[in-house]
Amino acid sequence: MAASLLEEFEIHPLSTPLFSIAHHPISFTNSALYMFLAIASATFLMVVAMRQQAVVPGRWQMLAEKIYDTVADMVDSGAGEKARPFFPFIFSIFIFILFCNLFGMVPGSLAVTSHVVINLAIALTLFLVIIITGFVRHGLHFLTLFVPSGVPKVMVVPMMIIEFFSFAVRPFSLAIRLFANMLAGHILLQVFAGMVVSLLAVGWLSGLSILPMAANIAITGFEFFVAFLQAYIYAVLASVYLRDALEMH
Amino acid sequence: MDSSSLKLLGAGIAMIGSLGAGIGLGLIFSAWITAIARNPAVESKFSKIGFIGFAVTELVLLMCFVISIMIMKS
Repeated sequence: MAASLLEEFEIHPLSTPLFSIAHHPISFTNSALYMFLAIASATFLMVVAMRQQAVVPGRWQMLAEKIYDTVADMVDSGAGEKARPFFPFIFSIFIFILFCNLFGMVPGSLAVTSHVVINLAIALTLFLVIIITGFVRHGLHFLTLFVPSGVPKVMVVPMMIIEFFSFAVRPFSLAIRLFANMLAGHILLQVFAGMVVSLLAVGWLSGLSILPMAANIAITGFEFFVAFLQAYIYAVLASVYLRDALEMH
Repeated sequence: MDSSSLKLLGAGIAMIGSLGAGIGLGLIFSAWITAIARNPAVESKFSKIGFIGFAVTELVLLMCFVISIMIMKS
């Protein structure tokens, strides 16, 4: 049973390979399909909802404005006023992760964000932006990020090493938090679904299968909440890490 | 003991780390409830930081889970 638990996370190509990079065939996979669906549906939602642009918003426009306001508040409070130019970046991250998480809840689909490489790509891009912004704005003074204020001279070098490692682990923590939440949630759903099937197969215990079914329903509701929460957390932490580059301390 | 059963054992031992995460989550929610109980007006302000604290503490639990899966699947 342990072998088949990870089967729903398999990435497989949907057609023949399109081209090759260094002997690795690149094809359109189911992961690429769901990423494309997430971006297409998010774009469609935002464009169509704001079509009317009425001063008194209708329901769809209210939804689009609510999403915009949530992320705008997040960037303003997390990263400060100077972070306005970075708003589209944080917004894209939030929308992509939110829609990928939500599409993963459809039965039979692949949760794109349950692969660590995709989350790590986003996190490392974010950190590239942070590091480049930090060096462009502050020059070499950016490296004083690793020296907390009010530290006695003797402790500076060990503190710099510790601060450097805590800085370096940030993109990985962002990626792994999202990946593990999605992975654990989907495995949990599979485990309870497997319990329902096993109880039904026994025959005389079929009545008991209502219990893992009820648990599955509750966990599905929880997973929707986790999808929203994890996208929000990713964007909030991205804004907070961005603040370190823009305003040093 | 062959390696596959040792892997399962290792995966189980790796989850002992979720103890810390459980205690941490209890502390977060206890502080959250106490803050709202003392001053119910700040509920909307504290919800944001409460959820952030929950997710960051949950990371410890999930790291344990990831290591456990890595041990089991290696």
